[in-house]
Amino acid sequence: MSNFWPGDAGMPSEEPVGEDATDEVTEFSEPESAHPASVANWGAKPILDVRDLKMYFPVKSSGVIRRTIGHVQAVDGVSFQVPAGGSLGLVGESGCGKSTTGRLVTRLYEPTGGSIEFDGRDITTISPRSLKPLRREIQMIFQDPYTSLNPRHSVGSIIGAPLAIHRVVPKDKILPRVQELLEIVGLNPEHYNRYPHEFSGGQRQRIGIARALTLQPKLLVADEPVSALDVSIQAQVINLLQDLQREFGIAFLFIAHDLAVVRHFCPEVAVMYLGKIVEIADRETLYNRPNHPYTQALLSAVPNVKQAAIGGRRERIQLEGDVPSPINPPSGCRFRTRCSLAQEICARVEPPLLQIGKRHKVACHFAGELGHHPDRPITASLLGVDDTGTPDPGATPATDLGNEPGYSDTWFDLERKTMARA
Amino acid sequence: MTTPFLSVRDLKVHFPTPDGVVKATDGLSFTLEKGKTIGIVGESGSGKSVSSSAILGLHRHTNAIVSGEILLDGVDLLKISDEDMRRKRGADVAMIFQDPLSAMHPYYTVGSQISEAYRVHHDVSRKKAKARAVEMLDRVGIPQPDHRVDDYPHQFSGGMRQRAMIAMALINNPSLLIADEPTTALDVTVQAQILDLLQDLQRDFDAAVIMITHDLGVIAEMADDVLVMYAGRAVEYGAGKEILTHPEMPYTWGLLSSVPDVAGDTSAKLIPIPGNPPSLLTPPSGCAFHPRCTHMDKVPGDLCTTVLPDLVPGVHSETHLKRCHLANPDAIYEQEILPEILPELVEER
Repeated sequence: MSNFWPGDAGMPSEEPVGEDATDEVTEFSEPESAHPASVANWGAKPILDVRDLKMYFPVKSSGVIRRTIGHVQAVDGVSFQVPAGGSLGLVGESGCGKSTTGRLVTRLYEPTGGSIEFDGRDITTISPRSLKPLRREIQMIFQDPYTSLNPRHSVGSIIGAPLAIHRVVPKDKILPRVQELLEIVGLNPEHYNRYPHEFSGGQRQRIGIARALTLQPKLLVADEPVSALDVSIQAQVINLLQDLQREFGIAFLFIAHDLAVVRHFCPEVAVMYLGKIVEIADRETLYNRPNHPYTQALLSAVPNVKQAAIGGRRERIQLEGDVPSPINPPSGCRFRTRCSLAQEICARVEPPLLQIGKRHKVACHFAGELGHHPDRPITASLLGVDDTGTPDPGATPATDLGNEPGYSDTWFDLERKTMARA
Repeated sequence: MTTPFLSVRDLKVHFPTPDGVVKATDGLSFTLEKGKTIGIVGESGSGKSVSSSAILGLHRHTNAIVSGEILLDGVDLLKISDEDMRRKRGADVAMIFQDPLSAMHPYYTVGSQISEAYRVHHDVSRKKAKARAVEMLDRVGIPQPDHRVDDYPHQFSGGMRQRAMIAMALINNPSLLIADEPTTALDVTVQAQILDLLQDLQRDFDAAVIMITHDLGVIAEMADDVLVMYAGRAVEYGAGKEILTHPEMPYTWGLLSSVPDVAGDTSAKLIPIPGNPPSLLTPPSGCAFHPRCTHMDKVPGDLCTTVLPDLVPGVHSETHLKRCHLANPDAIYEQEILPEILPELVEER
């Protein structure tokens, strides 16, 4: 298998792709291959480092002179890391900015602020020309397999297009490589000359995955890769993605609204609300001991068939109303308009994304496990404000509450209200 | 024995095409009482939406061939005249569609669309109908209903549009409500709101509800009875709890084991159902599920590939019907399936 993915640092452009790898590939696409749980790779160096990322879309007035009258703050100060070969899940409701974040990382948009570092290189503002080699290393899988494949192109030309554009292999080697890729994703390699309409939804999604794999990316941004598929097909595609990740060490930024799917795929999960990350933690912490009221509500709202099957029904936490407009988000904490814990301080001061555990950050003044939220804001002393959020002249705000990606060795202990370390 | 409120017997919806007859629904039977909910689960193309549109009489004047019996309160909906059907549609039987954005007309205000549904069946003035629309919008939880009634659909958020759709469907107090994937297009927190709203309203109006969905989690929370469909036929039918705790059909097992669980063990692997749903133009011989079934080896001979199993009572109870040749599905489920999908439950035992 080693010669299949030649080299680690991307393939030299003239090197023909290992054709002798096909027999090993068949072994790989064997249906009974094990699907071990996605394991965390905490020590790995981050391949993607996103810092205080912002994307504001201008809102124009109607009329002849289209002045900018406001901005949609789609993503507003988001920081996270994706470890090489690991995966980070981004969850949230529609309009929370998770897809925009994915598009920023692939540089389909130019960010308004912040920085994106990929593999040690700052790619935030690099020119379109220098983006081209980057496109090889960051690829995207789209949600809708019906609209993301050109109906007038054959599967062979869809999957082969990246090879031709990047001149990775000579023209006569494109077809064998396409067939190889079709086999990797579990499709019949003889079907390269068929058209997308001849395939079912699940098969089309496999074509989309093959296209994303063509250039051997190091990072795949998967934007709702299974939500358009039937349940019985979803599991096939998730297993395929897990196999590919294990086999080729691809890092994933996995964007989805389905909490159960994200939990299954990603060892680390970030929850977004209205353009901000409200809670980010390793999977076990986030799903078992969420500290943000929004995460708690989100988790309680998921209908759970297996729970229901054994007779239990969890009590749902009802969220009132809808997500506010990102053009004019609420002051302070953006979730406060729907939050049952909200107090004065929430409207005045924005809660920082505070690290409260080894791998657990939460942005809430009243962070705590469900039913154990503190009465007084935990953040007041750190921010140098009193309990209502008015600046306290006597207090000295902590300076290291920066919006840094990743986790530090020290964190704020919720029980003892002091800084702790591992 | 009293006659059930809704009784569908041997419903068939066939579409003749140049390539042959597509049997979208082939011999579907179920009953439903007032105040109860039946959940119909299945993949796309399993015939669940086609069956429900047959109940609304939406296949009239198309080339579809509908046969069987749909008795609503003793009246066969397939035999009554177009005029009678028109009177029932929207008044006695109403439907909530999946995508509220495409189910509403973008050029008319929400209020005028809701009051139109009322005026079709009641001889009242525009003003009265509008007042009734405001009342309904209030009932489904739209804030400032007297103000929002004049908004256009695009001014509503997804959840509010679905609420407005529900208001439109319920304005005539229908006794049968068909909800076709009512929450699939919505976010989970909004989905929870809408499901709770539907349950509340059902209690108030004592309506019978047919809930069509592919999400077993929604079914588990909402449905009294469950009907699992595959390739146009019912493959398992019975009380919801019974089906979810003792499923006896490999397709239902597949549905249960292929969805990841928000609380379960992350090292438990997902077991997908292999293959793809069959073409209804040339359905597989015998049991339609056999090309994807992993338990065929436990059935003697080539029964699965040649003989279509009947929908017969299962091992657990007389009212739990399943369509499968497996002789001891119960034991297979306990020994092979349950440890895979709920290992923690097996350990407890």
